[in-house]
Amino acid sequence: MSVDKATVARIAHLARIGVREEELEPLAAELSGILQWIEQLNEVDTDHVPPMASVHDQALRWRGDVVNDGGKPEDIVANAPDGQKGFFAVPKVIE
Amino acid sequence: MAALTDLGIAQARDLLAKGEMSSRELTAAHVEAMAEASILNAMVTELPEHALTMADASDARRASGTTGSLEGIPLAIKDLFCTKGILTTAGSHILDGFTPPYESTVSANLWQAGAVMLGKTNMDEFAMGSSNETSYFGPVQNPWRREGDNQALVPGGSSGGSATAVAGRFAMGATATDTGGSIRQPAAFTGTVGCKPTYGRCSRWGVVAFASSLDQAGPITRDVRDNAIMLGAMAGYDPKDSTSADVPLPDFEAALSGDIRGLKIGVPKEYVLDGMPGEIEVLWQQGIGWLREAGAEIVDISLPHTKYALPAYYIVAPAEASSNLARYDGVRFGLREEGADLTEMYENTRAAGFGAEVRRRVLIGTYVLSAGYYDAYYLKAQKIRRLIAQDFRDVYETVDAILTPSAPSAAFPFGDKADDPIAMYLNDVFTVPANLAGLPGISVPAGLSAEGLPLGLQILAPAFDEETMFRVAGVVEEAANFTARPEQWWKSPS
Amino acid sequence: MSNLVEGATGSWEVVIGLEIHAQVSSQSKLFSGAATAFGAEPNSQVSLVDAGMPGMLPVINEMAIEQAVRSGLGLNAKINNYSVFDRKNYFYADLPQGYQISQYLQPIVGEGVVTVELEDGATAHIGIERLHLEQDAGKLIHDQHPRKSHVDLNRSGIALMEIVSKPDMRSAAEAGAYVRKVRAILRYLGTCDGNMEQGSMRADVNVSVRRPGEDLGTRAEIKNVNSIRFMQQAIHYETTRQIDVIEGGGTVDQETRQFDAPTGTTRPMRTKEEAHDYRYFPDPDLLPLEFSDDFVAQIRATLPELPDAKKRRYMDELGLSAHDAAVLVSDRDIALFYEAVSEGRDAKIVANWVQGDLFGQLAKAELDIADSPVSANQLGGLIDLISDQTISGKIAKDVLEIMFESGQDAAAIVAEKGLKQVTDSGAIEGEVDKVIAANPDKVAEFQSGKDKILGWFVGQIMQATKGKANPKMVNQLLRDKLKG
Ligand SMILES: [Mg+2]
Ligand SMILES: [Zn+2]
Repeated sequence: MSVDKATVARIAHLARIGVREEELEPLAAELSGILQWIEQLNEVDTDHVPPMASVHDQALRWRGDVVNDGGKPEDIVANAPDGQKGFFAVPKVIE
Repeated sequence: MAALTDLGIAQARDLLAKGEMSSRELTAAHVEAMAEASILNAMVTELPEHALTMADASDARRASGTTGSLEGIPLAIKDLFCTKGILTTAGSHILDGFTPPYESTVSANLWQAGAVMLGKTNMDEFAMGSSNETSYFGPVQNPWRREGDNQALVPGGSSGGSATAVAGRFAMGATATDTGGSIRQPAAFTGTVGCKPTYGRCSRWGVVAFASSLDQAGPITRDVRDNAIMLGAMAGYDPKDSTSADVPLPDFEAALSGDIRGLKIGVPKEYVLDGMPGEIEVLWQQGIGWLREAGAEIVDISLPHTKYALPAYYIVAPAEASSNLARYDGVRFGLREEGADLTEMYENTRAAGFGAEVRRRVLIGTYVLSAGYYDAYYLKAQKIRRLIAQDFRDVYETVDAILTPSAPSAAFPFGDKADDPIAMYLNDVFTVPANLAGLPGISVPAGLSAEGLPLGLQILAPAFDEETMFRVAGVVEEAANFTARPEQWWKSPS
Repeated sequence: MSNLVEGATGSWEVVIGLEIHAQVSSQSKLFSGAATAFGAEPNSQVSLVDAGMPGMLPVINEMAIEQAVRSGLGLNAKINNYSVFDRKNYFYADLPQGYQISQYLQPIVGEGVVTVELEDGATAHIGIERLHLEQDAGKLIHDQHPRKSHVDLNRSGIALMEIVSKPDMRSAAEAGAYVRKVRAILRYLGTCDGNMEQGSMRADVNVSVRRPGEDLGTRAEIKNVNSIRFMQQAIHYETTRQIDVIEGGGTVDQETRQFDAPTGTTRPMRTKEEAHDYRYFPDPDLLPLEFSDDFVAQIRATLPELPDAKKRRYMDELGLSAHDAAVLVSDRDIALFYEAVSEGRDAKIVANWVQGDLFGQLAKAELDIADSPVSANQLGGLIDLISDQTISGKIAKDVLEIMFESGQDAAAIVAEKGLKQVTDSGAIEGEVDKVIAANPDKVAEFQSGKDKILGWFVGQIMQATKGKANPKMVNQLLRDKLKG
């Protein structure tokens, strides 16, 4: 599978990474190269193989319903590039 | 007494216990060596005062009779581990100024064991790279150079700073992480010992995530014993990490019996690569000989899906990364580049904050998860992953451990593979399968290339059997008797 | 009953499906130990996990699992002992991780069914497609700054149950009845407080129209509607809008719309952009969620009597009418109140008092039954005074009004105001004699067959006794004496 400029632009937008027009073509070539290399996987018959998302055999462990976190708003906003009155500020969102 | 910076962790531990030196002396020697080695660019953040304060605290604890397993030992921390109140960058511009209000479980475990923090080590951005050339803070130089050649070489990656700090003798050990080989490959390139334990052995809590189902922390040290000691302090069940394994923590150091008689060691035929340097093959054969001489039984095995591990990895890891790195959006921490609206702010921030390799992987990951491609790529890779894990399960029915080369080459010059992502990815061809299967592996320096560069052998073991892994590694180490060390050319103008 | 809507070119059928987001009743969040309480200071109930800090990891809250299973059982749904958490990836300012942890292909609860009652007494069965657990997002505040929005993450990571219906509803009334019923069930179960004003329950409303018997039309999804009245307005507006679009020769866009309360209309969301591509994949920070049949059985054993069963019992055992029973079970607090009052008393009389005078007073004061100034005990006391003939039913209505205002017990009010009924037949007889003696013309009228005049006599006597005479005795004595 090779990807074209439009596809690169689409996935870059999905990933919210600004890509300049002149970068699209070389990126498309690069990504196509990697995808083509990846496609050797098609040699393997996996029709009856269940996907493996985790190497663990164990089931998920649960924690008790206890409040033991929070209560430190200063820590939460301490690193904010634009923290305002205990909030994070972002460019105005119109819903 | 040898120079303090030549001591291993085990030796230093004994001298400290006997009161023949203080942690302050030991730490000061390393702080000084670290400052002298700044040209190697192994550190993002050096913490000389912090280190000495911790050393004094350690000496005070010792005086009052309490000591941990790493009491007073100065270590370096990969800058992927969040450290409370100390800049944490993951080698990325996008984490500009990020000072976590929390400490990763692994580093907290080390401080709990009495260790001293020298600083944070440089690394490939978000641990994506095999040469340390993708760091926002510039590449790390390998302390090793080819014989009779001053050309700078890569230390491997992504834990290149950690490996360099240990090989350059300005940290006694360093934490590292391994998603596809990022501990073992730089260890091999720098003549150090690097181990990636079983997935779930070390907590991922507080470690900046690259690919959650593959990431695993481990130590880089100068010998196998030190490695076992340090892993023992790092590892352990953590209820804050749902993927942390609630299994007993063995005494890894005690596993180093030197006795591998009767063990069955597998040698996988698929690890012979076309175009691999002959000296790697020779080294491997040597390793096989050492183990046989030590009384192990060598078994030819097959891991038939080996060649698909790397391409499967380059679907799974970027897919997870594309999601894990979504939180770097300029809102709550790190870099922000303003824009006319929210979307533009996101796009500007992430364009400025991520380097080329991170961008490449996030885009690949986004693509393979996107509508219409999920089944063909992501699901396919997860199926291949099961086949690879099954390959290992099958062979571990008959063998106790596996011996392979650690990397398909020795360290190479900067820029050598920078234009060819796939050539770069091939660095991890021998290490990636263990990540996909979640298995422990260790790289031990076993010899020198014709150009005088270190080469490593890798020992793989079944899940949660790091004891066998260390035991075999100890035997390889002893047989190899790897005493070569890089000249400390950075200490005087060359 | 026909739900068809007449357009200019013929009849249309409206098809409605709902996605209800119900906040799980729990102390802490789905994947962190931060509190869930409403109305706290900004970012004060936020853990590092909820803020999407680097290296932070989710650990699941067992209460969320229990509540989801309990809800599934209450919705007569299939419980899945194996389910998977997925990441739904998208960027938004209220979504710190850049993804929402949700359940996509393998939810914790599968298909179920809810029976709803309509105004005309008919019932409808609304299918449940699934119930899954997911994280809530944070909150955006737009009115603090001219060029910026502010983010508060207190809600971020709170456990939600998304309850997806099948497209089984055919009118706004059905949709309203369905939401009320689901809310009632969750409140009975204690799995969600159902408080729509505080955002504990909100619905995404999918509306489409079609010619009767045809395939489903293109739907519009109206996001985050937070009251039943608004939902019904939105459905009416959408129905008309879509019919107008189609009849005008256009096509309905599949789109996300927003309800505008002041105008009762819907409009396309302005943040709508290119088709969403959420790139769902299993969350690698979590393992599959598994539990045993035993775990489910233990929860099943603790389920309370639910509205349908309760209604049946009220009808079969207490002899209430279907209507009365339905009203009394419509809300858990009402049913509990009713049962507390009716314990040891006449079930029908209590039913009348609860949904008659008490509801009337509550409605006037705009109070929920949980905040009723007259407790179940106090209402019982009042009814007892009627039963033992201390006061008449008529006086009791006045007493209830005073109780409502003062919070006093009925007996105290009756004593204080001297409202005790006169049951002394001698005293009543005296009054009867007086009235008869004073009104010979009216007596003659009665005796000539004008029965209705009896009421006038009763009124005279009640006036004379300030309403305290036992009406039954007054009637009896009058009849006896007038017949002479
Ligand atoms: Mg939805
Ligand atoms: Zn939802």
